[in-house]
Amino acid sequence: MVMATSKTRRDRPAANRLAAYFLHHLHSLVFSLGKIYKAPSTTIMTIAVIGITLSLPSGFYLFLKNIETMSGDLNSSTQITLYLDLNVSEKTAIKLSKTLSSTEHIQETQFISRDNALQAFRLSSGFGKSIDTLSSNPLPHTIIVIPNSNSDRFEIKNLLNRLQLQPEVKIAKLDTEWLERLFTILEIAKRAVGIITLLFAFAVLLIIGNTIRLDIQNRAQEIIVTKLIGATNAFIRRPFLYGGLWYGLFGGILSWLIVELGYLAISGPLERLNLLYQAEFNIITFSLQDFVILITSSTLLGLTGSWVTVAKHLKQIEPT
Amino acid sequence: MIEFKNVSKRYEGGFEALRNVNMQLGEGEMAFLTGHSGAGKSTLLKIISLIEKPTRGQALLNRINLKTVSKHRVPYIRRNIGIIFQDHQLLFDRSIFDNVALPLTIQGFRYQEIAKRTRAALDKVGLLHKEKALPITLSGGEQQRVGIARAVVHKPMLLLADEPTGNLDPALSREIMQIFIDFHQVGVSVLVASHDLSLIDELQKPVLTLNAGQMTHNGLQPIAAYES
Repeated sequence: MVMATSKTRRDRPAANRLAAYFLHHLHSLVFSLGKIYKAPSTTIMTIAVIGITLSLPSGFYLFLKNIETMSGDLNSSTQITLYLDLNVSEKTAIKLSKTLSSTEHIQETQFISRDNALQAFRLSSGFGKSIDTLSSNPLPHTIIVIPNSNSDRFEIKNLLNRLQLQPEVKIAKLDTEWLERLFTILEIAKRAVGIITLLFAFAVLLIIGNTIRLDIQNRAQEIIVTKLIGATNAFIRRPFLYGGLWYGLFGGILSWLIVELGYLAISGPLERLNLLYQAEFNIITFSLQDFVILITSSTLLGLTGSWVTVAKHLKQIEPT
Repeated sequence: MIEFKNVSKRYEGGFEALRNVNMQLGEGEMAFLTGHSGAGKSTLLKIISLIEKPTRGQALLNRINLKTVSKHRVPYIRRNIGIIFQDHQLLFDRSIFDNVALPLTIQGFRYQEIAKRTRAALDKVGLLHKEKALPITLSGGEQQRVGIARAVVHKPMLLLADEPTGNLDPALSREIMQIFIDFHQVGVSVLVASHDLSLIDELQKPVLTLNAGQMTHNGLQPIAAYES
């Protein structure tokens, strides 16, 4: 059958049709934005819920990232103390110290002879006289090993084990076992943030799905009329999909704002903490990459949420 | 254009809305469809506009068997029909222009073409000056004329109207019917369901009468006449 309308369609050059197609996409993108603009109260509420929901996992993420950087700074000051056997001579000890300093994963070593150690101890401990009564120096030679600053904790742990196996070494001690515990706790927290993120992402899907479902129900009559006029499902779907996309995008931006403002709010006390500890806890906020990931994933969540809902509910609306 | 051969429609629950209906509306022909409410007028229009499928018999639109049309093709076939509803079914959140332009937007026309054709359709129903207005600001008769403009803007081969004057006073009704006659005169096939018998009498067009699902009067030429 020769359809009048399809004939005119075919007569138009393909480039024009493509342009019209993109123009239509652009039109529904702007149109759905216009709908948000025209019904601000409901959409603002939806966007607020999405923003708050997303701000929780992203806030936690940023918190963890800060703690990690902080502990990373501490990590760089990690050192291993080697207490040598008492019967190791000073000569052997210095030789070992030199050998170690040129070993892999070790940045530098520091040799402290037992005499120097005793001297230091005498000065700092205040037990000077009691020490003098000792018949011999009870302290061993000591080597302080500073690992490469870029080595991670596994490498440091390996290094510690290797040093422990040196025949001259009696005890190898990592000074930062508490850091190890912190890392483990951080690992747990990371998993927790992962779970929270998944749950909240799912919540956002549900929120967007529900909003779009209500929107579809409100527009049931309009959908029926457009179907009778000859609209394809793809055409009817489009504004709803773009609606979900906008919800996700604005929700993501709002969550970013909430987290940034939250960190701004705690930056004052943090400054004071820095002063008190004479430390340099520089707070990190979202990097550009974090921002892009946050916005992209929230937009995708919006699109997915509306896609699932639209696919499910649009089929049910048919003219009768 | 439309061809019904022994078409019956039985709804779930057993109600038989159409019984062995035979009719043919040729290209460029115009007819009125009358009958009491519940006689099957709406069902007949629903079969043509692919809302319902016949239970038995053959319903053809432009030689396409409407019973076997796949879901995917339904929108494309509907684009050959302009439907006018009793309550005009305008979209109240957009301007008159956007309402009338909708069929063209759906079919992916370019904006310049859409603007040209939409204004032409609005001009034809005498509402060009209201293109920027919202439907709510229009009177009932004007709203119905916008509905007609929307139904004809994409130049369909067939106009279907379901009680288009149901809510209008006699003078406005006559005006609306005259618009249909104008379209018929430029070659569009028109089928108008109406129970406004006095107005139908006045207009001197073929009449199809349905009574309890059966066609008791067929003012159009019977199918046999076309076939011979």
